[in-house]
Amino acid sequence: MTTLRFLGLRLLGMAGTLLVISVLTYAVFYLLPTDPAMLSCGKPCTPARLAEASAFMGYDKPWWAQYLDFLAGIVTGRHFGSGLAAVDCAAPCFGFSFRLNTPVTELILDRAPVTFSIAAGAAVLWLIIGVSAGVAAAVKRGTAVDRSAMLLSTVGVSAPSYLVGLLGILLFGFTLDMVPVGGYVPFTESPVDWLWHLVLPWTVLALLSAAIYARLTRGQMIEVLGEDYIRTARAKGLRERRVIGRHALRNVLIPVITVFGLDLGSLLGGAVITERVFSMQGLGALLIDAVNTVDLPVIVGVTLFSALLVIVANFAVDLVYSALDPRVSR
Amino acid sequence: MLLSVQDLTISFEAGGDLSEATRGVAFELRRGRVLALVGESGSGKSVTAMAILGLLPGTAAVRGSITLEGEQLLGAAPDRLRELRGGRIGTVFQEPMAAFNPVFTIGDQIGEAIRTHRRLTSAAVRERVGDLLGTVGLDDPERIARSYPHQLSGGQLQRSMIAMAISCDPVLLIADEPTTALDVTAQAGILDLLRELRGRIDTAILLITHDMGVVADLADDVVVLENGRVVECAPVARLFAEPAHEYTKTLLDAVPTFGATRPAPAAGAGILSIRDLVVDYSSRVRAVGGVSLEIAAGEVLGLVGESGSGKSTIGRVLAGLTPVTSGAALVAGTSPVTSTSPVTSTSPVAGISPVTGTSPAAGIDIARLARHPWRNARALRRARSGIGIVFQDPASSLNPRRTVADSIAEPLVLHRDLTVAQQRVRVGELLDAVQLPAAMGRRYPHEMSGGQRQRVAIARALALNPPLLIADEPTSALDVSVQARILALFRSLQDDFGFACLFISHDLAVVEQLAHRVAVMHRGLIVEQGSTEQVLHNPQHPYTQRLLAAIPVADPQRQADRRAARVPADH
Repeated sequence: MTTLRFLGLRLLGMAGTLLVISVLTYAVFYLLPTDPAMLSCGKPCTPARLAEASAFMGYDKPWWAQYLDFLAGIVTGRHFGSGLAAVDCAAPCFGFSFRLNTPVTELILDRAPVTFSIAAGAAVLWLIIGVSAGVAAAVKRGTAVDRSAMLLSTVGVSAPSYLVGLLGILLFGFTLDMVPVGGYVPFTESPVDWLWHLVLPWTVLALLSAAIYARLTRGQMIEVLGEDYIRTARAKGLRERRVIGRHALRNVLIPVITVFGLDLGSLLGGAVITERVFSMQGLGALLIDAVNTVDLPVIVGVTLFSALLVIVANFAVDLVYSALDPRVSR
Repeated sequence: MLLSVQDLTISFEAGGDLSEATRGVAFELRRGRVLALVGESGSGKSVTAMAILGLLPGTAAVRGSITLEGEQLLGAAPDRLRELRGGRIGTVFQEPMAAFNPVFTIGDQIGEAIRTHRRLTSAAVRERVGDLLGTVGLDDPERIARSYPHQLSGGQLQRSMIAMAISCDPVLLIADEPTTALDVTAQAGILDLLRELRGRIDTAILLITHDMGVVADLADDVVVLENGRVVECAPVARLFAEPAHEYTKTLLDAVPTFGATRPAPAAGAGILSIRDLVVDYSSRVRAVGGVSLEIAAGEVLGLVGESGSGKSTIGRVLAGLTPVTSGAALVAGTSPVTSTSPVTSTSPVAGISPVTGTSPAAGIDIARLARHPWRNARALRRARSGIGIVFQDPASSLNPRRTVADSIAEPLVLHRDLTVAQQRVRVGELLDAVQLPAAMGRRYPHEMSGGQRQRVAIARALALNPPLLIADEPTSALDVSVQARILALFRSLQDDFGFACLFISHDLAVVEQLAHRVAVMHRGLIVEQGSTEQVLHNPQHPYTQRLLAAIPVADPQRQADRRAARVPADH
């Protein structure tokens, strides 16, 4: 199979998966007993006003017709109502939040940088910490280094992130007054403040996630170190540093990267608890608010966006995987 | 003296216990000579090689002396040992597929070995890699250098491994079972290459092997190890002609040799009929390309071929495990073994006899059933009850969490309505038939030796007294002396029980001892079939001839003659 054909098939598959997810999401949320028109109908809510609101939002149609409107809106954009009250949702329109009076696309694009900043920085940190700790534990297997690394990782796996986050804020934010206790400053506004606000959430997230990666890496490394090709590498006269760092690590990273891609993908879709603890207005916070206020278009939009990120991350993992492991490339 | 090993004692510490892997091993190796370290698994031959390389794990304690060109290696500085490894000492390992790192190209890995010991520009390294790959007889060095391990054959990989081992002009080449994982034709090529290299680059070879044929082919001197001690040390001709030690004699006697074929049994009714069988693994990979075979009741058919020839695929088809593209595999409903079976005739329990009397459903086409394994699950299960299967590796084909008795009883539980007491009696009979004490039934597989485990696997396969047995390389994972005993057992069981057998093997000498008829497979087709006598002693097809010529005979003089007469094999 040629690379181009492979890519084409994969992209088609991704689009298909997204479509299925969108139908399910749409169906689940719109078949809920809550009537969105009722929520924005105002008081007193006469039947006439309710019908009016319903027609304005497009909720008077059957759910599948609404879904088709939704799909069409992604390509062409949508208009709601007419005259002075008309609202415009430019393509790609993933719905319109009547509560916030803003297109969902705009809300997501507005919040995404916050979540992406948290996720990307934390992911880089936890990958470095986790893999290093795992390699060190495997190479020094059975020693104090191994035992303490694994003890710490047990703590990391079992500690709840909100607790560690709050303790971090208490210690480094209030008591030692080293970092801000919460909030987010855009990178474009002040890179230094951006970094300063993110250090604590990054560290907390990274330390907790690194625990799993340390265990995974350790197990993989111990297995790989028993392989014949490691013995060959040693018999060639390579230094141990090179045996571990080149011959073993490359093989260890293959499964680690797979897990990493999926973790990163789902974190990009909203670091719900972290955003809450550090009072940052990211996608996770947007989703929680939307759920609290039954803002259905936002819930659907954020859910779909998260699904997209997971699928894209999956695809990226496959690409990296075939670059790392020549056996799977075609 | 190039390499001198004196009074080498290696012990491993495990859980406070000290176990000795070798004790007082001593031998010497001169430039331009090939010394073979021979022994069965656990004899300490590989451990000795790792001690020379300084690559034993930290739990090992080593005493004695190992000198290379007068330099003491035991206790030498790690940096010095690293210089020697890959520099003065080149190493070739057993499984070339596993011994190369799967994620780097061959050229990259050989180049790395060169750069570790020589300061060269990358262009010079590339050129040297190309030269080396050419030296070891690979046709297209450029392509091989660019390839990843999974893209090459076992023979190509082992040649590349040898190229890597000689990349820095070693004075000593350690070859640890260099041909064990290879097909015989590839093996013959590698042995020729090693012999030629020894003369050309003036290196000494320490050959570690369990295969007496390989020893006869390549070695000048032989050191025989048993349980970590040297029991005999002699030039190769004398060792084979007049082995002094009892263990050496046992080893040599255990080697299956050509000679006596089994006479064909009286023609029985047909029990298995494979017609025009085609198996495709994908649109591009045809594993079996139209094979027809017949096996009569009580007959052993040896199916031989090299890896990738499709022989194991046929075994899998008969087990109903592989979907068939076209063709038929008919298992007839004859039941040749009834009351004549010694197991049932000596059975003290009357209720047991019906076990052997029942026949598999008549004329079942397993190939057709296997196309819809879910829909035909019941019929397939019935068909399988008439077929016993023995696999290559008993360590992985027996459930590690079940006792031996439970494993043997499993087919009885699935296919027969027997009381627990009857099952127990039957298991006892079967253990007795494979010559294991009844008390072994309470053990778990890890508490047994490889040979004992394979006996258990055979007992399980015979539990339902099947008219047909499929044995896929049943002795390939075993040491020769164990293999000899298993083969003898197999032969006597076949005589007693009279089951028909499809015996799949790459080892022609083993097949000769057991099979009444032989079919030779090559690239998914049967190129020749006939009586064992005819196929193995008067082969007609060029491939069969080449296969036979490639097998090293455990006799140095005869092997030298055969080598001279051999047509150069294409690789």
